[in-house]
Amino acid sequence: MRFISLFILGLQEVYAHWFRSILTMLGIILGVASVVAMSAIVEGLEKGMRDNIIIYGGLNKVLIHDSDPPDYQNHIADTSPGKTLNDVYALKRGATLLSHVSPEMGHRARITYQRRSCYPSEFIGAWPVVLQMNRHTLKYGRFFNELDERGAKPVCVIGSHIRDRLFGDPESTDQEINPVGKIIHINRQPFTVIGMFIEYMTDAEQKRRELERQNHKDRTGPRRNARYRFRRDGFYHKNNVVYIPINTMWMRFKVSSGTDDTPEPNLTDIDIKVAELTHMEKALDQARNILLHTHNGVEDFEFSTYASRIASAEERIKNANLIGLIISALSLFVGGIGVMNIMLASINERIREIGTFKALGANDFSIFIQIMMESSSLAILGGLLGLPTSFGTIWLLTQLIPQQNVPIITWEALFIGLTFSILTGIIAGLFPAYKASRLNPIEALRYE
Amino acid sequence: MPLLELRDIHKTYHLGGETIRALDGVSLDIDSGEFISIIGPSGSGKSTLMHILGCLDTPTSGTINLDGMMIHDASARQLASIRNKKIGFVFQFFNLLPKLTVRQNVELPMIYSGLSSKERRERAMDSLRSVNMEDRSKHRPSQLSGGQQQRAAIARALVNDPRIIFADEPTGNLDSNTGELILGMFDKLHQEGRTVMLVTHDPEIASVTPRRIEIRDGKIANEIDPKLGGEAPKFEEIKAKQSQLTRNMTS
Repeated sequence: MRFISLFILGLQEVYAHWFRSILTMLGIILGVASVVAMSAIVEGLEKGMRDNIIIYGGLNKVLIHDSDPPDYQNHIADTSPGKTLNDVYALKRGATLLSHVSPEMGHRARITYQRRSCYPSEFIGAWPVVLQMNRHTLKYGRFFNELDERGAKPVCVIGSHIRDRLFGDPESTDQEINPVGKIIHINRQPFTVIGMFIEYMTDAEQKRRELERQNHKDRTGPRRNARYRFRRDGFYHKNNVVYIPINTMWMRFKVSSGTDDTPEPNLTDIDIKVAELTHMEKALDQARNILLHTHNGVEDFEFSTYASRIASAEERIKNANLIGLIISALSLFVGGIGVMNIMLASINERIREIGTFKALGANDFSIFIQIMMESSSLAILGGLLGLPTSFGTIWLLTQLIPQQNVPIITWEALFIGLTFSILTGIIAGLFPAYKASRLNPIEALRYE
Repeated sequence: MPLLELRDIHKTYHLGGETIRALDGVSLDIDSGEFISIIGPSGSGKSTLMHILGCLDTPTSGTINLDGMMIHDASARQLASIRNKKIGFVFQFFNLLPKLTVRQNVELPMIYSGLSSKERRERAMDSLRSVNMEDRSKHRPSQLSGGQQQRAAIARALVNDPRIIFADEPTGNLDSNTGELILGMFDKLHQEGRTVMLVTHDPEIASVTPRRIEIRDGKIANEIDPKLGGEAPKFEEIKAKQSQLTRNMTS
């Protein structure tokens, strides 16, 4: 009962100086908004990373990376031939627990068509199995097959962004261009486009485009003066690829790089897919044994599984989260100092009032509670106002910097923001409230 | 058994290296229902006496018995509770809270005694009615005249039905007509059987009370008590004596 009355008394004090109170609350409001916004951005990043890993192959995809051999193998390290197609054949033959093995031979590339050119994210020589390995779907044409592979044919399959850049995108030309049959130049060598993948896009992107289409229903013909902007969402790299048969890659682009007369056979990547997720450990042991054979016993490779990639991503996210939290907690701290500052000023100009309270029978504790109620009502109001502000902040951020990872506001972040703002207010009120409660009533009454 | 019983009260302050005897052996009995004034020039110790009587301060030595309770060595918390329940204060500058309405100001002491809001409202309105201020209950102090503010302050002092009311220069900030009105109000309270103590430097104001105690240099210099017999001296005489004294001091 008494607490409620004292709380109302505190609110009245806050209301009496509403402008000052709003300025004070602003510190708390922005503090809460930054805590929530920061955690929402990190949450968005985290989801983006998870999605990314699934986009590029799924849970059972394992990458084989180069790694430094252990120290005790340094003297034989040179005897290992590295990752070659021999590994791939050996794995295909021997590793019964794997469903797919896909070699990849990458190269730097500049692609030109007439006067336009672009650089793909990935220019890879691969086997047809890469289609399943990297979860690609064709929109036009076909993928290359065994015959193209054996004949090392100059054919390529491109992602939709490559089409957009070389031939024009549907949004600015107002028509879907089918690139199949066109001849493009990759590092000055002519290749025939035989297929194109569908355009991969996020749900949010899809919605945005539908909205745009509805808004410009009456528009006819191509959009003039429209500059094509690439969305750097999670699918950017997946849309920006060029695949050619691995033998074509080997014959045409690796010829001059070998150390003897044969072109350099080294692969940039071997991707494998485990048939059963439950047998992941066994499958990797099997693959390791086979690769140790082909690498002359040198363990110069390592497996990167979904779990290990998630773990390393999570480690990075955790660090980002911690740094973000510290920075946003700092702004909340500044807000708290603002509250304390105002409370100290406020009790200094109300010494006579506090003396009156004491003369009317307020004991030290009542005064303490009364002042605490003022500071915590500032903090609670500030915290509550901070929640809608955080939504506004995030909306503003996404408008200013459209990015691939849409921030996600979680209940936990809202709860933590609110709790910390209230805690800040309580802590900021402690010292002024103590100071006020210890005032000598006689001196306080006499204070001019 | 008197309501308030002071025995050999001393109060000393240390200011710098100097020891100041604000009260130097004051003994005093106040019965229930008395109307008393304490007079004395500034620095005489009358304020200190009122603070000690009003439980705002504790004496250095001596005993005080208020309504059967020994309060000279009570804790701050106990003193606050006694102030809340047994003592009403009226100040020279009214000391109303500017942000609260008159009714909320009157409710303040009851918040500290923990009454429900309904009961607080009823009692505050009763108290305001007794000083003819019920139609101003929703006003802020700044919207009232000085006399109205002081009446509101009296309503606040009365609201917890205290055993004794202390008024520290209650007319010091009012014009003489309003001051008389306020003094009349204290007289009325006395007629209703309440114990009222005025603290003032002005003998004219003190003349409204039957019993007057003059404090000088921390001691009771002069006491006029109708119970002890003796005619109360005319205030013209007191005034003359005082002006004589000031003349002596200045010359």
